[in-house]
Amino acid sequence: MYEVINQISRWAIPVMLLVIPLVAFIKKVPVFETFVEGAEAGFATAIKTIPFLTAMLVAVSIFRASGAMELLASWLAPVLSVLGIPADILPHAVMRPLSGGAALGIATEIIKTHGPDSFIGRLVSTMQGSSDTTFYILTLYFGSVGIRKYRYAVASGLAADFTTLIASIFICKVMF
Amino acid sequence: MVNYVWLGMMVFGILVAAARGHIEVVTKAALDGAQVAVKTSLSLIAIITFWLGIMKLAEAAGLVRALARLVRPVTSFLFPSVPRDHPAMGAIVMNLSANILGLGNAATPMGLIAMQELQKLNKRRPDTASEAMCTFLALNTGCITVIPTTIIGIRVLYGSQDPAEIVGTTIFATLCGMTVAILADRILRSLYRNRW
Repeated sequence: MYEVINQISRWAIPVMLLVIPLVAFIKKVPVFETFVEGAEAGFATAIKTIPFLTAMLVAVSIFRASGAMELLASWLAPVLSVLGIPADILPHAVMRPLSGGAALGIATEIIKTHGPDSFIGRLVSTMQGSSDTTFYILTLYFGSVGIRKYRYAVASGLAADFTTLIASIFICKVMF
Repeated sequence: MVNYVWLGMMVFGILVAAARGHIEVVTKAALDGAQVAVKTSLSLIAIITFWLGIMKLAEAAGLVRALARLVRPVTSFLFPSVPRDHPAMGAIVMNLSANILGLGNAATPMGLIAMQELQKLNKRRPDTASEAMCTFLALNTGCITVIPTTIIGIRVLYGSQDPAEIVGTTIFATLCGMTVAILADRILRSLYRNRW
């Protein structure tokens, strides 16, 4: 099953790049001109995200470099240990929605120290794989179309992140 | 809420740095953060330009609409405010499929295209997220991942006996996350409708 999905993900993009222009050509679309016409907006779209990403990443960077992130994790530890959340993975849990790179760094460190096949190694792998950098995605996606008021998107994103965390711990305890 | 999170990270971060006597890290961290942000945006230029071109072709060939029609039963439930067969639906489906397959490079541009399409429908208050956008982002951040490629790579690197054994647990956790994302989105949507 895993192998099948792996093959699909290897082939998906090359097949798309073959099929889309061919179908367009058959439907008498001027393929080169249409591609260029669409691609024109690429630069503006990417540049538009700069102020939004800067705002978010500056705050995340200060929060992390100052040691505030670890402090928050240590404050949360007693609360979360009631829920059965191991203290070792807290920095990862706190960082995951904020910074993809930082979370991956923490996960790598845990896997290196405890081994990939330890309980905590498997748990952090599951956590890393099953969640996304919520704040980065919100900032990037909303930023690209100039939206400044996110309404309830942050709340539902964080609810999903917290659920994923609890579900990761639960399933790893059951499986491993 | 994003205002509170942002301010909270700034104020708490600076106070902790001051209390620990290493206030000098703040300025450097701020500039580093800005640097990373600009680099990230610049590196997006290439993939966004490329995928916008391909997506324009797919749209002109009628493929995006065909895809939107295919998934109509699901999307009309999730996105009641978006007209049937709207190109936004095609882009949303492609973004989620890319996420599921772990194709991060393709997922982001398709997500941005979906946002542009949704923004075309968001004429009333163009600086405020529409309901469809909130649903899309909830789905996106809580999206099912079938192949967590990066972490499997790291497990291989550190000599795991079975690097892919976390695929099953990942799918389970991500399904739970997605379910809650959809539920939270529904509940919050009706709460916000009553307030504003």
